[in-house]
Amino acid sequence: MDLSSTYFELFGLPQSFLVDTGQLDERYRELQRTVHPDRFVNATDQERRLSMQLATRINEGYRTLKDPLRRGRYLLELGGHVFDDEQHTTSDNGFLMEQVELREALEEVRAADDPFSALNGIMDRIAADFDALTGELQQRLGSAGSAGKDGAAAETLMKMQFFRRLHEEAQELEAALEDELD
Amino acid sequence: MALIQISEPGESTAPHQHRLAAGIDLGTTNSLVASVRSGLAETLADEQGEHLLPSVVRYREEEGTLVGREALAAATMDPLNTIASVKRLMGRGVEDVRRLGTHLPYEFVPAARGMPLLHTAGGDVSPVEVSAEILKVLKTRAEEALGGELKGVVITVPAYFDDAQRQATKDAGRLAGLHVLRLLNEPTAAAVAYGLDRASEGVTAIYDLGGGTFDISILRLNKGVFEVMSTAGDTALGGDDFDRSVALWIMQQAGIPDDAGHFQMRRLMQEARSAKEALTDAASVEVKIERNDGSRWSGRLTRTTFDELCAPLVQKTLGPCRRALRDAGIRAADVQAVVMVGGSTRVPLVRDRVAGFFEREPLADIDPDKVVAIGAAIQADILAGNKPEDEMLLLDVIPLSLGLETMGGLAEKIIPRNTTIPTARAQEFTTFKDGQTAMSLHVVQGDRELVSDCRSLAKFELRDIPPMTAGAARIRVTFQVDADGLLSVSAEEQVRGVKSSIEVKPSYGLSDSEIEHMLKDSMAHAQEDMEVRRLREQQVEADRVLEALQAALADDGDRILNPQERAVIDDAARQLAGARAGSDPQAIKQGIEAVEAASSDYVARRMNTSIREAMAGHRVDEFKSS
Repeated sequence: MDLSSTYFELFGLPQSFLVDTGQLDERYRELQRTVHPDRFVNATDQERRLSMQLATRINEGYRTLKDPLRRGRYLLELGGHVFDDEQHTTSDNGFLMEQVELREALEEVRAADDPFSALNGIMDRIAADFDALTGELQQRLGSAGSAGKDGAAAETLMKMQFFRRLHEEAQELEAALEDELD
Repeated sequence: MALIQISEPGESTAPHQHRLAAGIDLGTTNSLVASVRSGLAETLADEQGEHLLPSVVRYREEEGTLVGREALAAATMDPLNTIASVKRLMGRGVEDVRRLGTHLPYEFVPAARGMPLLHTAGGDVSPVEVSAEILKVLKTRAEEALGGELKGVVITVPAYFDDAQRQATKDAGRLAGLHVLRLLNEPTAAAVAYGLDRASEGVTAIYDLGGGTFDISILRLNKGVFEVMSTAGDTALGGDDFDRSVALWIMQQAGIPDDAGHFQMRRLMQEARSAKEALTDAASVEVKIERNDGSRWSGRLTRTTFDELCAPLVQKTLGPCRRALRDAGIRAADVQAVVMVGGSTRVPLVRDRVAGFFEREPLADIDPDKVVAIGAAIQADILAGNKPEDEMLLLDVIPLSLGLETMGGLAEKIIPRNTTIPTARAQEFTTFKDGQTAMSLHVVQGDRELVSDCRSLAKFELRDIPPMTAGAARIRVTFQVDADGLLSVSAEEQVRGVKSSIEVKPSYGLSDSEIEHMLKDSMAHAQEDMEVRRLREQQVEADRVLEALQAALADDGDRILNPQERAVIDDAARQLAGARAGSDPQAIKQGIEAVEAASSDYVARRMNTSIREAMAGHRVDEFKSS
C-alpha cells in the first residue's frame, strides 16, 4: 500500500487484463476520498506532500487501468517486457492495408458530399478495429505460458496504438470541420 | 489594522471548533464573498445590504484607495486611475496586454520580468496588487459579518485559467493577507452549489459566461464525488464584449469617431451595459449619449439588433462546448442537466442558443451571479475541517496541456489537457552535442504545436551535466501539478544524478521577493513590521502542526505507535509548544521541523492504515484526517 506497490495492488484488483470497470471506479473514488489533498488542507506540510504523492499515483493508476491500451502495456511491463518505441514494424499486410485505406479515407472527407457522415463512418470503423484488437489482446495475455506471448501481445498493442492515433486525427478533423461551420 | 487575536495554545486545539472560512468569487465585473452559517451557504452583504462588490479600484494621489461602487461611480470622471476588469490582466504579459490594449483605457508602464504595471495617481500598480485591494475589502466584510479572523478561503478562478493566471490569483490572496485553502474552478464551484442542493447524480454541463471569461465544464456526479471530465473555454470572452459591440454600434449611429478618448469610451461602455441589461426583459430600449462637443444623440436599440450584434460572440462559445463534449467522450444527448452561471447568461439570446445546442432547457434557479461564491463557501467550509464526516470530494483537471519546447520550436506535451489533478509525469530528454554540459528547458502551456502559439510559463537551465557523447545523457524532467492546478518542474540527469528544480513562476509573474516587498510596503502603512509578521506566520504554522498532530494522535496514536515511539513524538511536540510560546520565529521553525522529522514514519504508517481500511470496505469516515 505504498508508492512501490503496483496499480493492481493499490486498487485491490487481481493482476489481469480483465478488469471490472465498475469496481475500478468505485475503488478509485474510495481511495481518493481517503488520500486526496482536500482531506489534508489543515495537516502538516509532510502529510500534505504525502497526500499529493498518493493522490497523484492513484490518478495515474486509474488512468492506466481504465484504458485497455495503457493497461495492456502496463501488464507487459510488469512482466518485464521492455518496449522499444523506435521500432514500429509489423509484417501483417492486412493491418497495413487497412491503415493506408483509413488514412486515405480521412484525407477525402472534406471532398465528400456530407463530410460529417463520411467522418462518422470512418470513426465507427476505427472504433470497431480497436475493439477487435482489444479482444485479441485479451486472448494473448490470457494464454499463460505460451511461447512468444509477450512479443505477440506487444505487436497487438502497437496496432492498437496506430488506431488510437488515427482516432485522434479523426477527432481533430471533426473539430476543424465544426469550427469552419461557425 | 485590527490586532490579530491568538488563543491560548491549548485552547485552539479543540477538535470541533468551528473555523471561520469563506468562499470568494473574484470576478471580472463583480466580486462576492460567501460563507456557511448555521449549515446554510449564503453570500455576505456590505453595510448597505449590497452583495455584489464591483471589481473596480480607484487610486488617488493622497486620499487613499477606493474599491467597489464608489470607485465605479468615478470611472467616467477619472478613467485613468480607476481600474476595472483587472481580472483580464491577471498573469498576462506586456505582449498580451498590447493585444487587448486598444480596448483598455489605462496607461501601462512595462516593468521588469515582462509584467505590465498600470500607471495611476497612487503610483504604478500590478494587476495582482489591484486584485489584492478587492480581496482585502471582501476579507474585512467577511470578518465583520462572521465576527472573527478568517482561517482560510477558497478563491475561484475560471476553469480555463492557465498556470500564470492561477499563480497570479494565489499571489493576490497572499498579498491580501488571506490563507488560500484552495483555488477552485468556477464551474466546479457552481456544480457544488447545485449538486449538494439536489443530491443529483449523472452528467452535468456548466455553462459559465461571466463579464470577461467563458468556461464550459462537463462533470460527472457520483455519490458525492464531483469528477470533472473535461473543460474548455476562452479567457478573453465575456459580457464586456457584448457591451463593446453595443458601444461600437452607438458610435456608428451617433457618428462618434474611433479616437473619442478614454472619457467618452467609459461613458459609451456604461450606456451600452445599461442597454444590454434592459434588453433582458424589454423588446427595445432608448439609448442616449453626450458627444465630446456637448451635443446629444439618442436612438432606439431593439432586441433584434442587439441579438444580431451579439450573435457572433455567443456563437464563439459553442466551439469550446463541442470540444469539451468530445474530450469527455460523450454527446450532447448524454448531458442530463445544463447549469447557467455568470451574469451574462441572463441575456435571452445566450439561453436560447445554449438550450438549442444541448437540446434541453438550462437550469438557472440559483442566482447566476451568486452561485459560484456559494459553491466556494461550501468547499471552504469542508476544507477548513468543519464537516469531517462529509464525503464530498472534487476531482478537477488541468484545462490546457503542459509541455516543453523541443528542437525546431515545437511543443512536446508532457501532461495532456483534461488530466485529473494532482498529477505528475516524467519524460526523458538527451543532449544534442558531444560534451554538452548544460540544457535549457522552456516550459509552455497550450494545445498548439508551435511553442510560439503556446503560453510561455518559465525557462530554466540544468547545468553541470557531465560531458558525454551526444545522446548519451539521460535528463529526466518531471512535471508535478498540485490540487490547485499549479505546476512545479524538476529535472535530473539520470547517469550522474545532477538535480535542478524550480517552482514555476510565470515569466511575467511576481517573484517571492517582489511579494515580500509589496507586503513590506503595505505593512509600513499598518505600522507592523516584517519581523512581527514572520513571527505570526510561524506561530500560525506551529498551531496548525500541533493541532493536526494532536488530532491524529487522539485518533490512532495508541494503535499505531508503541510507547517509545509515542514518547519521541510527544517530546518534540512539547518542545515546539515551548518555542511557540516564545517570540523567536527561527526557534519555532526549527521546532516544526523537529516535529515533522519525529513523526514522519508515523504519518506514513497512518496514511497506509487508512488506505488499507478504505480498501477493506470499512466506512471511510472512521478515518479522520484533521
